[in-house]
Amino acid sequence: MFPRPIEKSGTTAKAAYQAFLPVALIMWLLPLLAIFLTSIRSAADINSGNVFGWPSEFALIANYTAVFTQSAAAQYMINSVLITVPTVIISVALACLAGYALAIYRFRVALPLFFLFVAGNFIPFQILMVPVRDMSVQTGLYDTIAGQFLFHAAFQTGFCTLFMRNFIKALPFDLVESARIEGVAEWRIFWYVVLPLVRPAIAALAVLIFTFVWNDFFWANVLTQGESAKPITAGVRALNGQFVNNWHLVSAASLLAAIPPVVCFFLMQRHFIAGLTLGAVK
Amino acid sequence: MTHAVLPETETRSEPGWLRRNKLAIAPWIFLIPALIFFAIYVVIPIFESLWLSLYQWNGLYDAEGNSTAVWVGFQNYVKLWDDPNFWTSLRNNIAWLVLYMLAVPLGLFIALFLNQTVTGMRFYKSMFFFPFVISQVVVGLIFGWFYNPDFGVVGTVWKAMFCEETTNILGNTTFICERPVPDILSSEQWATYGIIAAGLWPQIAYCMILYLTGLNNVAADQIEAARLDGAKGWKMLWYVVVPQLKPATFIAVVVTVIGALRSFDMIAIMTQGGPFGSTNVLSHYMFEVAISEYGERYGYGSSVATVLFGIMLFFISYFLWRMYQDEKGGR
Repeated sequence: MFPRPIEKSGTTAKAAYQAFLPVALIMWLLPLLAIFLTSIRSAADINSGNVFGWPSEFALIANYTAVFTQSAAAQYMINSVLITVPTVIISVALACLAGYALAIYRFRVALPLFFLFVAGNFIPFQILMVPVRDMSVQTGLYDTIAGQFLFHAAFQTGFCTLFMRNFIKALPFDLVESARIEGVAEWRIFWYVVLPLVRPAIAALAVLIFTFVWNDFFWANVLTQGESAKPITAGVRALNGQFVNNWHLVSAASLLAAIPPVVCFFLMQRHFIAGLTLGAVK
Repeated sequence: MTHAVLPETETRSEPGWLRRNKLAIAPWIFLIPALIFFAIYVVIPIFESLWLSLYQWNGLYDAEGNSTAVWVGFQNYVKLWDDPNFWTSLRNNIAWLVLYMLAVPLGLFIALFLNQTVTGMRFYKSMFFFPFVISQVVVGLIFGWFYNPDFGVVGTVWKAMFCEETTNILGNTTFICERPVPDILSSEQWATYGIIAAGLWPQIAYCMILYLTGLNNVAADQIEAARLDGAKGWKMLWYVVVPQLKPATFIAVVVTVIGALRSFDMIAIMTQGGPFGSTNVLSHYMFEVAISEYGERYGYGSSVATVLFGIMLFFISYFLWRMYQDEKGGR
């Protein structure tokens, strides 16, 4: 192990390390802690410049209720869910199929197609912006929930396919081989042999895609206009304009927007990290 | 068992074309939904954008539904060459690329600090990773407030250090400062660096988690062997540990380069490219040009997007080449 385990350096070193950890953590999360404190302050505190001190009164419930009653935050949250969930389902389903094809069959264009999905995943959004926006306007998908999740699902399919293909490639190929010898149909091999084995990959992708799409801001701006289809990220920006210098409300709204991915991360931490660090070890 | 069914399939006198070519056709059936979807929304739009960059178009259609785009050849690119905002954006993109790279060593540093097994370590690791999970919009808002000279942390700390509070007869408090409170995001000189610093926060967390996973898999016997040979500290890190972390470093560099070139959210939230376009990067400038209050300029926007795409393609080709080498070597 590197660095040398702190236990081996004696009790003083260990105690010092353990004492320093929370300090380091507070320093690291200082911006977040500060904004949380701000979100439970009253307007009076904000105006008198009380940023670090103890709040003169706790307005946690008042502030968070105000966000919902004084703005369309609830609508934005629902929109975000309606955009994110179908995206996850479609992109993961398509990637299971495509990843299976690219990992199991040996055909000449398998690798070029795989690289197409990988490359598509790295391109800048801006190169897609004008045609996708124009297409959405033409087909009536502009400023709708469906217009957003269809695009996200297609785009995220690139990353999901990359992930699935590598995951399936690492499974023992004998399983597929022996099923074929038994005369099992190809789609049945996929459904009964491979799919149960890729469940961890599906879980990892589901949390990752949920987080990526929930946090999307660019496409929310490109593909929506009004309140009816805007997700919470774009909504928070709108609120920022509405609550100018009401930092307690802006902070509360920002933290609300952050809650679902955070909950998702803490519930599915192992899968989340396994997904993100795919390829970080050989 | 299943063998009972086999004879029947084998004795079929004329196996259909489908059945004979099963292994050639099956992959396409599995691939088609993803390919169609991906082609419509990703592959084809790339080429449309490249093509559109040679047109002048406000995004409108005439009564018959024909696009009103006018062919202008390379004029958009000529215009780009003389556009000072484009050069500012490009310069800022380079600043992002270079400074964002700090996330890689800083992430490694934090990972080394956290790579211990004392009680509660799992909790600390996930809390350090926290900034990556929240949206960049929220990070942008947090730092926008953090830098705010009147209400934010920077302003408060500065006032505590350099200012004196005075109350006039009307009871209003004012601050008399030796040096005025810095307004980072309104400064043409510093705003970009302020945004990059904010962007580094989640990116460091990402690199850290990559390195923590990498460190977990460093070969213990090599470390012990090196330790017996008297290697320690920096030498051990540089000559024994870092070479083993190569896959993690590769991914950290990839995601950091892509992240730097994709930076849009924070700029849109914190400064919207201002003051006077000084914090624009290509991704934001493209958006601003293509969808602005003065009407859409799709052609010109596409030419900005094409330049950004070209830069990105340079990196993507390198990454794909590296992956191809691995594929060849791996199996």
